[in-house]
Amino acid sequence: MSGHVRPAPAAVAAVVVALGLSGCAGWGGGPTGGGPDTINVLMVNNPQMEDLQQLTAEHFTAETGITVNYTVLPENDVRDKISQEFSSQAGQYDVATLSNFEIPIYARSEWIAPLDDYVEADAEFDQDDVLAPLTASLSGDDGRLYGEPFYGESSFLMYRTDVLEAAGIEMPENPTWQEVAEIAAAVDGAEPGMAGICLRGQPGWGQVFAPLTTVVNTFGGTWFTEDWEPQVDSQEFRDAVQFYVDLVREHGETGAPQAGFTECLNNVVQGNAAMWYDATSAAGSLEAEGSPVKGLMGYVPAPVVETDSSGWLYAWSWAIQQASTKKDAAWEFVSWASSREYEELVGAELGWSRVPAGKRASTYGNPDYLAEASAFAEPTLAAIEAADPNDPGVQPRPAPGIQFLGIPEFPDLATQVSQDVSSAIAGQMTVDEALARGQDLAEDVAERYRERESG
Amino acid sequence: MSSVTDVAPVAATRTPGGEPRRPRKPRGGALLALLAWLIGFLFVLPVLWMVLTSFHSEEDAATNPPSVLAPLTLEGYRSFFGIGTGANPWPSLLNSLTASVVSTAIVLLLAIPAAYALSIRPVRKWTDVLFFFLSTRMLPVVAGLLPIYLFAQFSGLLDNIWLLIVLYTAMNLPIAVWMMRSFLAEVPVEILEAASMDGAGLLLTLRRVVAPIVLPGIAATSLICFIFSWNELLLARTLTGTVAQTAPVYLTGFVTSQGLFLAQVCAAAFVVSLPVLVAGFAAQDKLVQGLSLGAVK
Repeated sequence: MSGHVRPAPAAVAAVVVALGLSGCAGWGGGPTGGGPDTINVLMVNNPQMEDLQQLTAEHFTAETGITVNYTVLPENDVRDKISQEFSSQAGQYDVATLSNFEIPIYARSEWIAPLDDYVEADAEFDQDDVLAPLTASLSGDDGRLYGEPFYGESSFLMYRTDVLEAAGIEMPENPTWQEVAEIAAAVDGAEPGMAGICLRGQPGWGQVFAPLTTVVNTFGGTWFTEDWEPQVDSQEFRDAVQFYVDLVREHGETGAPQAGFTECLNNVVQGNAAMWYDATSAAGSLEAEGSPVKGLMGYVPAPVVETDSSGWLYAWSWAIQQASTKKDAAWEFVSWASSREYEELVGAELGWSRVPAGKRASTYGNPDYLAEASAFAEPTLAAIEAADPNDPGVQPRPAPGIQFLGIPEFPDLATQVSQDVSSAIAGQMTVDEALARGQDLAEDVAERYRERESG
Repeated sequence: MSSVTDVAPVAATRTPGGEPRRPRKPRGGALLALLAWLIGFLFVLPVLWMVLTSFHSEEDAATNPPSVLAPLTLEGYRSFFGIGTGANPWPSLLNSLTASVVSTAIVLLLAIPAAYALSIRPVRKWTDVLFFFLSTRMLPVVAGLLPIYLFAQFSGLLDNIWLLIVLYTAMNLPIAVWMMRSFLAEVPVEILEAASMDGAGLLLTLRRVVAPIVLPGIAATSLICFIFSWNELLLARTLTGTVAQTAPVYLTGFVTSQGLFLAQVCAAAFVVSLPVLVAGFAAQDKLVQGLSLGAVK
């Protein structure tokens, strides 16, 4: 029968064309596909990675003979894909972008390869130039190094110097959150449509709970005590969240429950917020050529209450899959992408504002970089160096991490709690209700760890 | 005399050529037409918006309220085709084309005989068979994802376009069988009987009698299968990597959590939807017949 029902001639032609053309695409894949001088890299789609992709063929492949195939995905998708790929040790990808959240966890499971031997043999790479908090946060429990940073960031408070000056307000050198709240009240509406401060309110462990966990830390709160007692409904945690929710509801941006990093960046660039507490990497966009607020911004350390500093620490980093059969070529790539030379290459080819900074001390001694980034280079370096993932609050923690807790359950837990916190910001729920539910969720996680430790 | 009385009432419903005469337009006809156009426009609006945004710069695309009259630029398309960024969309587009076209061809080869055996010459308990086909669609794809992934890993089929072809075939087969069955059921038994009385054998009947009637149905079924395979994201994202990546996976790569991406994604989405649009327009006349199920003249 099939031989006599003819599909439309166009479809037949399409099949023939597809069969002919696809000889060069998609066939004979599998873990070993691509030959010995080809490595596969799975990475998040951030602007710095786009620049890397653009520079690879001419400046890496031409010199080393190693071809790099990139798969680029949005942040949430790339996390899913990496955990699926690395947990099964499928070996499809040799290198992936992981953050300092995942690297200690993946190292514990032996999904990624230790890099110490490569670092030792590669004097040119100069590991000592990498900022100490980053090296520490990219090491496993066994003390070995498992990742190399591509770019790093902390958090600080950004503010409009012109707006504060016009209001006759001086920003303290090391502001407290109470002072920031007062300033936010004073400059709220200083210009038409301008909010006092922009703070993330969008649900997600990496959205609202990145800045909010640092606020919790400095208010004296924590997600868990050292022996796994959940503290989400403790007085300190509640005070911190209540403070944050009140601040953003009273003097924050419009649409706060949906505002993440990108929305806040737009708000500040468009003059809709006088202050912003967020990632140090935002300063590069605020001071970029053509930005309406270029030269108008001031930068001070993350506001504190009970701790001396409260900036977070985050670094998109390169890690090599344990199952990779091309680890040497993978290290060639990692050591190039994380090198000082690569930063200089980006500076020369694409401009110094696009350098993947925040990881090497030498960057902050480079006059070319400082000429471009003088406004925020020093505060950024100070914020990263002050970050201590092993002691971010007032009490010992069961796992490292500042704006997160380094356990695999944290993204799920914090994302669920963040839904309710976001509802509280929207006024649909009280903070106490949100945190009572959060405490139950945290208790489920804690119970598992307590059982594991006692058993 | 009788002819007058015969003709007069017939003329009210038939034109002199014997065609059915359309009832006279009611008073609200213009209003209804306007409403139809309005609803049509509402449905197309998001697509038009996407096309317009794809020609804007990232900054103009991100403004609120939207800037409709912003200057046009090809920046989004430049970044889709990797001009100056080192990205290359062609392998992904070719992979999608391969997976969609090959799987659709296999689906048709399998579905048409199956549908024949369920309609024109029904097998015993054909309703149970039909239900069995449909039941394979009741398991959510995501529930089968992990077993499929592990199977692919152990059999070395990860990142291989043939795996997607097999999966897309399996995914579309039940729909195709159901669709083709309803088209084949439209073939009147009388025509088949007439053909057999005229001495036509099975093959001749199929080629000269059945095929012309169900061709619009085949076109409609192919297009549906092609669209489903072309747009499939979940399996492709999970099972492919750098070699067999398909166009939807490449498209999602433009979404970033740092910086603006709306114009780029709109440009990418427009380019990726073009082949489906072209296929749709090419088969338009057949489709209208096929999808309205009124194929028998």
